[in-house]
Amino acid sequence: MPKLTINDQEIEVEAGTSILQAAEQLGIEIPRFCYHDRLSVPANCRMCLVELEGAPKLVASCAMAAGDNMIVRTDSEKVKKGRQGVMEMLLINHPLDCPICDQGGECDLQDQAVAYGYDRSRYAENKRAVKDKNLGPLIKTIMTRCINCTRCVRFGEEVAGVTELGQLNRGEDAEIGTFIEAAVTTEMSGNMIDICPVGALTSKPYAFTARPWELRKTESIDVHDGLGCNIRVDSRGSEVMRVLPRLNEEINEEWIDDRARFAYDGLKKNRIDTPYIRDSKTQKLHAVSWEEAFTYAADKLRTFKGSNMAAFVGDMCSTEEVIALKDLMAALGSDNLECRVDGEQFDINEKAGYLFNSTIAGIDEADAILLVGVNPRHEAAVLNARIRRNWLEKRMPVSVIGPEIDLTYPYYHAGTSIQDVVKMAKDHKGKVKAERPIMIIGSGVFAREDGAAVQAALRQAAIDLGCIKDDWNGYNVLHSAANRVGAMQVEFFSKEGFNPAQMGMVYLLNVDTPHVLESIHPQALVIYQGHHGDEGARRADIIFPGAAYTEKHGIYMNTEGRPQMAKKAVDAPGEAREDWRILRALSSYCNKALRYDDLFQIRERIVNEYPQFGLMEEVAVGSWGDFGSKGKLLEEDLKPRYENFYQTNVITRASSTMKACVAEFVKQEERVLEAAE
Amino acid sequence: MKNWMNAFLLVEIVKGMALTLKYMFFVPRVTINYPYEKGPISPRFRGEHALRRYPNGEERCIACKLCEAICPALAITIEAEPREDGSRRTTRYDIDMTKCIYCGLCAEACPVDAIVEGPNFEFSTETREELYYNKDKLLDNGDRWEAQIAANLLADAPYR
Repeated sequence: MPKLTINDQEIEVEAGTSILQAAEQLGIEIPRFCYHDRLSVPANCRMCLVELEGAPKLVASCAMAAGDNMIVRTDSEKVKKGRQGVMEMLLINHPLDCPICDQGGECDLQDQAVAYGYDRSRYAENKRAVKDKNLGPLIKTIMTRCINCTRCVRFGEEVAGVTELGQLNRGEDAEIGTFIEAAVTTEMSGNMIDICPVGALTSKPYAFTARPWELRKTESIDVHDGLGCNIRVDSRGSEVMRVLPRLNEEINEEWIDDRARFAYDGLKKNRIDTPYIRDSKTQKLHAVSWEEAFTYAADKLRTFKGSNMAAFVGDMCSTEEVIALKDLMAALGSDNLECRVDGEQFDINEKAGYLFNSTIAGIDEADAILLVGVNPRHEAAVLNARIRRNWLEKRMPVSVIGPEIDLTYPYYHAGTSIQDVVKMAKDHKGKVKAERPIMIIGSGVFAREDGAAVQAALRQAAIDLGCIKDDWNGYNVLHSAANRVGAMQVEFFSKEGFNPAQMGMVYLLNVDTPHVLESIHPQALVIYQGHHGDEGARRADIIFPGAAYTEKHGIYMNTEGRPQMAKKAVDAPGEAREDWRILRALSSYCNKALRYDDLFQIRERIVNEYPQFGLMEEVAVGSWGDFGSKGKLLEEDLKPRYENFYQTNVITRASSTMKACVAEFVKQEERVLEAAE
Repeated sequence: MKNWMNAFLLVEIVKGMALTLKYMFFVPRVTINYPYEKGPISPRFRGEHALRRYPNGEERCIACKLCEAICPALAITIEAEPREDGSRRTTRYDIDMTKCIYCGLCAEACPVDAIVEGPNFEFSTETREELYYNKDKLLDNGDRWEAQIAANLLADAPYR
C-alpha cells in the first residue's frame, strides 16, 4: 500500500490507484477532461497536471500510479501555470459559442476555463472548423467544439460495445468521426452526451429548448424496464424537458438507456386529460366531468357481483395505486386480481422464483453467465453493459439459450428451447467449474401455457448448474415491467385463478397488453384508468385519466425486489389526477371509502402489511423454496419479451423521438437484412 | 430687532421676487414646449426595449436566455427551438413592461447586442395588455429605432 503526500497531507492508498484518485480521496480537486471513472485512461487532455517532486516536468496525475513516498503538489505556481497553458491550448480551436451551445451552464470546459484559465487569448489566427457528423436522431454533433478527449470513443468501445466512433487523422487535423457515415447503433448512445465534457455531443430532442439553470430537478425512477434505473427528471413549468441518469452503483452505475432518456416526449402526446364515458347508443366516447364519471361508474359497479368483477394492473403502476385498487376490489367483494398481464405463469407463492436473486451488482461477482430466453440489450440495456464490462475485465464466459442475437460480446450459443436448458443441466450436472455461476432468465419465457413447468425446469437447472449455493443464489429472473415485482409482493393476484372471459366488469389500471385485452368478454364493462390513449382506452367504456410516472409520487420495486421512491416532477395534464386518489375517490362514490386520505397514510398501509416496502433501496435477502410445478414442456423456442427496443409501452409508442429511432435503427436493420437476402 | 425689521420691510418677498424677475428676464429660458420640443437624453438612456437585427435583416437574438436569467424583475420569458435552417432562435420573446424596472441588465448581458433599451420613453398605453410586449413588437421597435440605437451604442462604445 503506497503512502504519499499530496499538498502536505499524507494518504495511504491501494496499489494501482492514480495520483488523481488519491487526491480525490483527500477531497483535493484536480481538473480533468479526458479522465472518467468508468473508462480507461488515455491521458490526452493534459489538464490534470501536477507537480511531482523529483520529476523533471509536470506529470499527468490520471495516468501516474501513486507510489511510495511521492510528494505531490497540486497548488503550486508551476502547476497553475501549466494548467493555464493547457487551457489556452484547448481553447485555441474551441469556438466561443457558449451562448448558443446547449452545454452552456453545465460545461466542464466553461467551468474550468473560468477556474483555471487565462482571461484572454493570445491566438489571433483563424480557428479550425470540423464538419459535423450524422450520428442519428438522438445525438446532435457540433464537432468544431470537440477537444478530442476521446471519452465518447472509449465509451463506445468499453461500455456500449460499438466501435462506430473513432479518432481520425493526426495533429491539428485530428477529429472524432464515424469511419463511414452511420448512426451510432447502441441502446446506450445517450450516455455519450453526458460524458462529453464540452458541447460537441448534445441531445437532439432537447436542442435549444431549455437552459440548465431554469430546470427544476426531481429525483425519480425509470419505468421503461424492470431495473428501476435511478433518473433525474428536469422540468420547466409543467413540462418535462429532459431525463438524466442518477448515480446508483447497485443498479445503473451512471448510465441509462435511450428509452429511459429520450421517451419523455411521449408524455406530452396522446394523453388522456379528462374522464370519458362510452355512449350506449352511439358507442362513442364523450368527455364528462369527474363527478359524472364517478357517479356513472359507481352506479354500474353496483350492478355487478363481486365474483363477477376482475382487475388488472399494468407495467408502470406504482405500488400505491396497486394497493388502492386491491383494497377497492376487496371492498367490492372481488379477489379476481392479476398483475401478470403478459400471461407469465410463474409461481406466486415463492418470491425467489421470480426475483433477480443475485442482485444486479452480483453480476460483478459472478464468473459465468447463462442467459435464458432473454435479450438483455432490449430488456435491460444497462444490465447488458454490466455483463459486457465483466466480460471485458475478466473474460467471463457467457452462454445463451434463446435466439441468436448480437449482445456486443461473444457468447456460446447452446440452443433455443427449454429442452436445451434441461439437456445442458443434465450434461453439466456437478461438472460446472465456475464458483459463482448465474442464470438470467427473461420474464418472457414464462409467458406461455407451460410457464409453471418451465419455471420448475429452470429451478432444477439452476441447482444442477451450481447456481444455488449456501451463500450464493444465481437464479435470476429479469422482469421488463417496472413494478411487476412490487405488484407481486403486495399480492395483486388471485390465488385460485379466474377466467377473464367470464367477468362482467373488468378494471384495467394502465393495462394495454393484447394478452389481457383479447381475453376480455366483448360485452363486459371495461373501466380503464391510465395516461395514454392506447389499446386499453380504445376498448374501455369508462376512462379515468391517470398520471404518468413523472406526475406522481410512487414506490417501485425493481426486478431484484428493491423498493425505490420516485418523486413527482410535474402536474398531470388537464383533469388527470394521481392514480391512487382516483381510486380513493371512486371508493367513496361506491360508499366503500378506503381508509387513507393522503400519501403517508397509504404508504403506512403498505408497510404495515408488507414490511419489505419499508426499507427503501434495500434488497431483502430471499429464501430458496420450492416453486414451479412439474409438467410437460412444449417444444417451442424461448422468446424474449421485446422485438423492438424503442417501442415497448404506451409512453414510448406515443413518442416521436422513439418513432424516429425505429425509422433509423430498426427499419435500417431490416433493410440491410432484406438487401442481404 | 433684526427679525422685526425683516418682517416689516418684506425683505424675503423682495428677495424672492428678485429671483423670479431675474429668471423672467435675464436667464435663458429652460422650459421646453413638450411634446413639440424634447430635452437632450444620454446615449446610455434606458427607455423602451427593442430587439435589433443585423444589417442583412437577420434577427440578432440567439435565444441564449442570459437576459431572462439576469432579469431581476423576472419580466422576460423566452422559449426557443431550432429554426428550419438549424439555427438557434426564439419562438417566443416576451417582456412584461409593467414588471420591468428598466435596470438595463438585459442589455448588459446580451452577447450579441440584440436586446437593448432604446431612447424611447413615450410608450404609455391605455390598457395594461398593451404593455405585454411580444417578439413582433420588440422587433418592430428595433426596426423603428435602429438608427438612433446604433448611434447611441457607438457613442457609448469608448467607455465600455
